[in-house]
Amino acid sequence: MNNSVFFGALTVAGLAAGAAAAGTLDDVKARDKLNCGTNTGLVGFAAPNANGEWEGFDIAVCRAVAAAVLGDSTKVEFVPTTGKTRFTALASGEIDVLVRNTTWTFSRDVDLKFDFVGVNYYDGQGFMVPKELGVSSAKELDGATVCIQTGTTTELNLADFFRANNISYEPVPIETEAEAQQQYLSGACDVYTTDASGLAATRATFDDPSAHVLLPEIISKEPLGPLVRHGDSEWGDVVRWTLNALIAAEELGVTSANLTEMTAGTNNPEINRLLGTEDNLGEMIGLSADWAVKALSVGGNYGEIFAKNIGENTPIGLARGLNAQWTDGGLLYTPPFR
Amino acid sequence: MSDQTTNSIAFVAKSTIPASPPPARETGVIRWLRVNLFATPGISILTLVALWAIYTVLSGVLPWILNGVWTTDSLSECREVLQGKVGACFSVLTERWNQLLYGFKYPSDQYWRPNLALLLFFPAAAPVLFFDLPRKLLIFTALYPFVAFWLIWGGPVSAPLLALAGFVAGGAVFQRFGKANFALGFFGGIAAAVVIWWLGALLLPASGGDNTLLRQVPSRDLGGFMLNMMLGITCVSLSLPLGIALALGRKSDMPLIKGICIVFIEFVRGVPLITLLFVASVMLSYFFPPESTVDLFLRVVIMMTMFSAAYIAEVIRGGLAALPKGQYEAADSLGLDYPQAMRLIILPQALKISIPGIVNVAVGLFKDTTLVSVISMFDLVGMIRGPILASADWKGVYWELLGFAAFLFFIVCYGISQYSQWLERRLATDHR
Repeated sequence: MNNSVFFGALTVAGLAAGAAAAGTLDDVKARDKLNCGTNTGLVGFAAPNANGEWEGFDIAVCRAVAAAVLGDSTKVEFVPTTGKTRFTALASGEIDVLVRNTTWTFSRDVDLKFDFVGVNYYDGQGFMVPKELGVSSAKELDGATVCIQTGTTTELNLADFFRANNISYEPVPIETEAEAQQQYLSGACDVYTTDASGLAATRATFDDPSAHVLLPEIISKEPLGPLVRHGDSEWGDVVRWTLNALIAAEELGVTSANLTEMTAGTNNPEINRLLGTEDNLGEMIGLSADWAVKALSVGGNYGEIFAKNIGENTPIGLARGLNAQWTDGGLLYTPPFR
Repeated sequence: MSDQTTNSIAFVAKSTIPASPPPARETGVIRWLRVNLFATPGISILTLVALWAIYTVLSGVLPWILNGVWTTDSLSECREVLQGKVGACFSVLTERWNQLLYGFKYPSDQYWRPNLALLLFFPAAAPVLFFDLPRKLLIFTALYPFVAFWLIWGGPVSAPLLALAGFVAGGAVFQRFGKANFALGFFGGIAAAVVIWWLGALLLPASGGDNTLLRQVPSRDLGGFMLNMMLGITCVSLSLPLGIALALGRKSDMPLIKGICIVFIEFVRGVPLITLLFVASVMLSYFFPPESTVDLFLRVVIMMTMFSAAYIAEVIRGGLAALPKGQYEAADSLGLDYPQAMRLIILPQALKISIPGIVNVAVGLFKDTTLVSVISMFDLVGMIRGPILASADWKGVYWELLGFAAFLFFIVCYGISQYSQWLERRLATDHR
């Protein structure tokens, strides 16, 4: 574009290297914009609609963080990343937080020097088969041909599962999800396996979704969550507790419908602390007192966000399952707001 | 005696017999069919097989296209309308038309800007492509990059003006000193341009704010086929002069220049384009502070230009090598210096020989612009693979979208190919 930018960048590079050590929270406030790394497109989780506005389950987390920090859910710059570019984008500081259904694993947390601040979706690898096959459990799949994306952890999980159950299978390696769909529908493989949310989304686009069933077995743990750079705990706290606020709000029955009413004050001290009418949690985390109210006013609590983007009334039609509150037999369990 | 001769012949034709029509099997459609399609039994069989193949393809594809649905809002609605019949769901093209062409973030009330830039491209490119046109038109060509930049990116008008001023100053210095001393003119020109840019960057504010004539659009918001066209046009037009310079450098007698050119060409040619793009998008962001990175579009342009310049350099080197030694010696014997010899005698011939190769690289480069989708830029293919197929409405629509993309690319590439064939005919001066 123009050379001045280039040469300017070179000279500033040295100066800014020191300045970059300042907290991400201050950077975001100074910039008045949150840079949120997201997917280039994943049904239900992150995709721009016909008007070019991003929507989805992961997007809702970004918007909630932006609302909590900056008071405005539109002050987000969504930076689309691919599976290959996502970690460098976060490590280099191009984005402040990565919400791109990324599985929380040991090596990503420890070796790549990131901090996963929580889990916003518990996923796991599942199986889809045509109903006419008459299979009701993955353990009956002895000798089946399986469509599997090469070079992914799903491939390794599959091998482990079949070996552990002492049954055989024949893999049909495929490269992309589009290819998998074609192969599976044309009958080149009996089974298609990938993350359960992906299976549900794929099945939803079939001509006749009811002719295919998802088997009950989930053979791997895929906790998907937002992550930030290692070593900036203040910023990590902001993202962690924004996510926790969404989850706690559902547990406490705070919805977008009764939010204003609840903000006026309730006789439940936990709700009052969450919404900033009692104590000063907002000040402790470096935000305004009503930070959680702002985050909740974007898309409601966790349950509302789930129902709107990927829940049972959407074409994707995912059940809450593991992602229900702990009181309903799920895994969502946020530490208390105290 | 004369009687005898006249009467000894019973009949004399007074006029020529009118030509009888050729036999039915030697005329018209029948003859054409017989000669071209059914000349021998073997050819007849092949013709029938080909007809059957064409029929099979068309009977599958035509109902699919003709039954196409154009007005629904989602794939499931398409299926409702079709009721199980074969038919395409072209509604995705109409609903996401603007996204396919401009990406999903370019402000929709500003679409006239890239449209105008494309429209102006034709008069700007015309004097370069068709050299019979008056040379005065080249002034517009020289101004076009700055106009197009301002139209597409917007922002303060001072930025492109400053860039233009730098180039003008550099050109003026080169004109003044280049005749006497090429190196002085060349490096003096570069220095003058850099000084102008540096002064300008100091004097002008970094950004003009929002009260500019055209709203500023960041590079990240560019997308769709517009991005492919911009990358293709920019990289091809930059890599041609760079490629010529590299080819001449590689043939140079000066060891330093020759060495640099060889290393550059061999290195860039030996690395896959996708690796260079990853370096541009991933590695470079480590070297710059988060707030002042070099624009992603510029990074990609630099990498793609380097890549195609290396290929074009080798194509042109082939053209240079094809010229007989006598041409070089003829230029020397006329007393021409090196720039004159190259400009007047060597390059016109070498470039003419290289046209098919250069066009090959250009077409390849244009199609390679779709590779930017892997570094999360939303070009045409990136838009299709990412946002459109990831929307709950359109997941599962593959043939319509990718067919449309192929169609757009075919139009442009076929146009380039037709132009190059015209150029070859126009420049054909040899006697064959």
